[in-house]
Amino acid sequence: MRRKRITLSRALGWTVLAVVVVASVFPFWWMVRTALTPAADMYTDNSGLLPDHPTIVNFTRVLGLTTEAEARAAGGSGAHVDFARYLLNSIVYCALIAGFQTLFCAMAGYAFARLRFPGRDLVFGILISALMVPPIFTLLPNFVFVKELDLINTMAGMVAPTILMTPFAVFFLRQFFLSLPRDVEEAAILDGSGPWGIFWRIALPMSRGPLITIGLTTIVWAWKDYLWPLLVGRSEENRLVTVALGVFLQQSPNTQPDWTGLMAASTLSVLPVLILLIFMGKRLVQSLNFTGSK
Amino acid sequence: MRATKRRDDRRAAWWFLLPVLVGFTVFYGYPAVRGLWYSVTDYTMLNTPSYVGAENYTELMRDSEFWHSLLVTGWYVLLNIGSQTILALGLAALMHRLTRSVVLRATLLLPWLVPNVTIGLLWMWLLDTNLGFLNHLLGTLGLGPVGFLSDATWAMPSIAAINTWAYTGYTALLLYAGMLQIPQHLYESAAIDGANEFRMFRRITLPLLRPVLALVLVVSLIGSFQIFDTIAVTTKGDPVGATRAIYYFIYEEAFRFFHLGYAAAAAICLALILGVLTVIQMRLLRASRSDLA
Repeated sequence: MRRKRITLSRALGWTVLAVVVVASVFPFWWMVRTALTPAADMYTDNSGLLPDHPTIVNFTRVLGLTTEAEARAAGGSGAHVDFARYLLNSIVYCALIAGFQTLFCAMAGYAFARLRFPGRDLVFGILISALMVPPIFTLLPNFVFVKELDLINTMAGMVAPTILMTPFAVFFLRQFFLSLPRDVEEAAILDGSGPWGIFWRIALPMSRGPLITIGLTTIVWAWKDYLWPLLVGRSEENRLVTVALGVFLQQSPNTQPDWTGLMAASTLSVLPVLILLIFMGKRLVQSLNFTGSK
Repeated sequence: MRATKRRDDRRAAWWFLLPVLVGFTVFYGYPAVRGLWYSVTDYTMLNTPSYVGAENYTELMRDSEFWHSLLVTGWYVLLNIGSQTILALGLAALMHRLTRSVVLRATLLLPWLVPNVTIGLLWMWLLDTNLGFLNHLLGTLGLGPVGFLSDATWAMPSIAAINTWAYTGYTALLLYAGMLQIPQHLYESAAIDGANEFRMFRRITLPLLRPVLALVLVVSLIGSFQIFDTIAVTTKGDPVGATRAIYYFIYEEAFRFFHLGYAAAAAICLALILGVLTVIQMRLLRASRSDLA
């Protein structure tokens, strides 16, 4: 009797989970489905789960692979769009920030955890206080500063505020280095290794997990960045995918947006993180246990 | 011997810290000081800023649009955090009691990985008044069409719902990670005592999760106050200012009207609000560690 009730509640629970999964995935399905629909069918074919006349022309035209006339015939506004380039820009932007920021923050985290120098805790305390400053507050003066340096519409200006550090990563990696057992490092000191040798050959290889965690999280946030690159990198050749999506929407007529093109471009903006999720899903999921509850 | 080792450390330490210290000084410290200075000037990005005292602040206090944007933000935070937390808590509890599947967790994480801009576009399309899928569904039920993003009453709840959709899975996974730290045997003995799932949730999960829940709540709250991307893509603060949240207000003051001094003052007001929340977050961070380490 009781067992029966338990299985019933379990079945109910699984049903709810299934509904949640469908609710999470369906909008993406609809995005891809719209991207595969010819613009001419928009008014007649908007209810089935699959398009009546599937086509990839929306993808080829937002990737800049068609002529302007072909793009216009397929529903484009006539403005130039080249998402192949924007995707590449975004990938470069993410790689630069994730790579350098993780390395520099690991170096600082290691120094704060292991090296002895005067003023260590004071400097760390000041760095961490930056966690309290909301991004919008430094964003305005940083924009003026990057403009003064004449770095508007350059990749250098876009990555400048984040490539060197983020307070959270320093804090997180210092926490990790503090938890590493000291004996291996001490043995290396006796062998005559200096701080750099220990850091590169011992501390870094031992912290692959946390470094990947920080690197992946940084990639995800950089991929989502919008406001800063919108202000600093609006030009065609430096445009990130997010900024390009916004511009694409503005170019398309208000009364009748180019939804098939927009959804094709949106699909392209999801694809890289989807690949990341497929190959690194386990890591990403585990990284939440790290960053979330600690 | 000892003294030389210390001196080496000191020299090496500054090299280890160099990039981070430069980054901090140039892109956090310096702009923070500059922002404070702008907030007491009439800077417009085209003039040389001149000191105007507390004028920007007194004007803010009188500016009904500023108060309106705070009100709108509060409404958004209430809707978004309320729905997101309740849904995420339920979802996390279900997963915790039913499965450890990594595939399920990865699937629920997908909306969080996607740029807010993409999510804004995607939902703009789904919620479109004429051709959107949701209005199509409502149509088959004989309802609608509803101007989800163009009707002043619906616009903010729609944006809150969009972001709840985007962040519930992520929040649920954070809570789920907290639940995994609760000793399993508590549930087993409760089951032997004949407690049902609902009772276990109230008597075991909820109280033991409290520190993690509080932390997650404050982090989401701080994020929620800074709603920008979704609004910038979908409604641009409209209809009639119904979605003009504080972040969008500051953005427009600075980069549309070039009232940089005024925007800096508004940013400081927002910083104060977020500062209070961050202090609470730090407290909870310490509390959660002592409770569940």
